[in-house]
Amino acid sequence: MSEESNLSRRDVLKLGTAGALGLAGSYFLNNLAPFSTSVKAQSHRPNHSKMNHNQMVGNMTKTSGYKMAEKLLTTFDYGKVSKLPTGQTLREYEIVAIDKEIEIAEGIKFPGWTYNGTIPGPTFRCTEGDLLRFHFINQGSHPHSVHFHGIHPPEMDGLVPISPGQKFTYEFEAKPYGMQIYHCHILPLARHIHKGLYGNFIIDPKTPREPALELNMVMNGFDLDLDGENDFYTVNGYAFAFMNYPIKVKKDQLVRIYLSNLTEFDLLNSFHLHANYFTYYPTGRNDNPSQFTDTIMQCQGERGILEMRFPYKGKYMFHAHVSEFAELGWMGFFEAE
Amino acid sequence: MNLKWIISGLIPLVLLIGVLALVLINGAGIEKDPAAPVEVLNIERIKVTYEGFELSVSNTGPETLTISQVIVDDSVWNFSVSPDPTLNRFEDGKITISYPWVMGDPHAIKIITENGIITEGEIAAATLTPEASWSNFLNYGFIGFYVGIVPITLGLLWYPFMKRFKRKWINAILALTVGLLLFLFVGTLADGFEIGAEAPSVYQGNMLVIIGAALTFLLLIGFDQYQQKKQEAKGYSPFKIAFLMATGIGLHNFGEGLAIGSSFALGEAALGTFLIIGFTLHNITEGIGIAAPLLKTKPSIKHFLILGTLAGAPAILGTWFGGFIFSPIWGALFLGIGAGAILQVIYVITKMLVEDHRAYKEPSVSWLNLSGFTIGMLIMYFTAFFVKF
Ligand SMILES: [Cu+2]
Repeated sequence: MSEESNLSRRDVLKLGTAGALGLAGSYFLNNLAPFSTSVKAQSHRPNHSKMNHNQMVGNMTKTSGYKMAEKLLTTFDYGKVSKLPTGQTLREYEIVAIDKEIEIAEGIKFPGWTYNGTIPGPTFRCTEGDLLRFHFINQGSHPHSVHFHGIHPPEMDGLVPISPGQKFTYEFEAKPYGMQIYHCHILPLARHIHKGLYGNFIIDPKTPREPALELNMVMNGFDLDLDGENDFYTVNGYAFAFMNYPIKVKKDQLVRIYLSNLTEFDLLNSFHLHANYFTYYPTGRNDNPSQFTDTIMQCQGERGILEMRFPYKGKYMFHAHVSEFAELGWMGFFEAE
Repeated sequence: MNLKWIISGLIPLVLLIGVLALVLINGAGIEKDPAAPVEVLNIERIKVTYEGFELSVSNTGPETLTISQVIVDDSVWNFSVSPDPTLNRFEDGKITISYPWVMGDPHAIKIITENGIITEGEIAAATLTPEASWSNFLNYGFIGFYVGIVPITLGLLWYPFMKRFKRKWINAILALTVGLLLFLFVGTLADGFEIGAEAPSVYQGNMLVIIGAALTFLLLIGFDQYQQKKQEAKGYSPFKIAFLMATGIGLHNFGEGLAIGSSFALGEAALGTFLIIGFTLHNITEGIGIAAPLLKTKPSIKHFLILGTLAGAPAILGTWFGGFIFSPIWGALFLGIGAGAILQVIYVITKMLVEDHRAYKEPSVSWLNLSGFTIGMLIMYFTAFFVKF
């Protein structure tokens, strides 16, 4: 490289010209280039037309989680029934805590803690005034208990931890009639409940309710990465459980839903019915002020009975009215025939 | 050949293989099943298309995994994975999600595996990912041109002005250059680490930066010494120093181009534009730096063109790379190489300064040089405000 060449005035001029060209170039190119602080709208042919609700629900096979949710919808556990010498009805139930992996959405396994192997646990059912014996066996890896809502002696309240491998029998008289729930009450509470230890507990009034198609629904959620936020919201433990296979009802038939909210990490959950109204009985009490509405909300642990008839044939959607919960799995259909 | 000698070398080797085999077969004795499934899914790139999103993913964990659900913006969404939702170790897959994204809005994508492990991806502001079309290619090239070549040429224009300085002042400008370069070195390393952290952990992005920097530095020094020995020349030729500097700065500017290109590719047009303004201002000082070693010589206009192109043109390559094929692993490696190259220039200039002052029996860290160095650092510090926010 020659280092001896002179830098003449001409060279300086040349340099100056190059620099000026560069400046001008950068100015004009800046306008030419498609990048500015404001983003220009591009012809974005959206695919909205394809966005029906099928966009979310995967394939049509009933996986194990789907079947579990369906089974819980219509299965009630009345226990082993016998008569005491006093004439009182005795109901004995078996309730076993089991660590079990549950499918909570298509293809997603959740390492759950269950009562009798499902999330939620079985729906226990009895009549007001019955004597109840719950034989609890802890086969899980942690101490657990069963805390029932209702009126009973404090020593039957399920605050005492039952160690793994231990048994305990909860015994009390069923009262008051209405809709109760049960869940584990061992610390840390949020973890024990969120893992799946809860279920519905129905005490029927002595005068039976009007015959109806009876359904059991527990609203719940699942936090997979334990960040205190649910990744899926479900009814009876499976996301979009009644989307591909709607709950079949008959036109004008009375439908009664026993609904509870056991969603952890969110303050409230809700139930919204499309194209119809229902009567809501808080805590399942006929003597509570009821509501005629299409949307109700429940706080954690709150529950009630919904009664409705479907006046037209066809599919009626139901879901949480919080859109996020709905789109993360808490959504389904009734189909009136 | 002495058989005993060979056997004495083989015995430890055979024993070592035996011990390793023992550990491999029987385990270390304290192995247990992992408490939770170890599934590591890595999102390499998210492409925004007319139809929705296309995610390039790879399984960088130790076990096979299955992608079971995709949640977009807190909504469970249909998706397809090619070739298959089940990915073996180090297998790549493409997740296609049909989604009505909104121009300019942020979108969050959660990928959930069978065992409930969640991997999150983010689109800061949705815009169509630039396709590798000719017009895009040209546009990105233009950006590289006026971020790299234009400001550096402008910086070089100070040459006639600086030319009239006395030796002491010239040395002060060289010290100022060292200040500029030191700042660039640290900045380039930091950028490398930042990008390296985004790479899948198995590739150890941070180590790539270090390896790139160390090897480049040593290779350049070695090459330099070999050249000098061959030419038997004493000292460094000023043009060669400027040349080396331009190369190092060029690699650094590749990183700048990378930052701009990838920010546009990721839909962050505002950030990209800001980076363009910031880097352009910033790079003027690089032109001054490159011109500094030449002050005692009489370079031709051709020299300036070569230097300007060498230092500026990699910015064009960087924007292309960042805009169309960016991956954190390559980014980390290139920035590491850039840092190593800059470090080598710092070494050469410092050595030259020290030798020059020694020849005149002066202290090399004079007040003037210290001031130059400080001003160099401060110039970079303050112009960098345009880039960082
Ligand atoms: Cu428990």
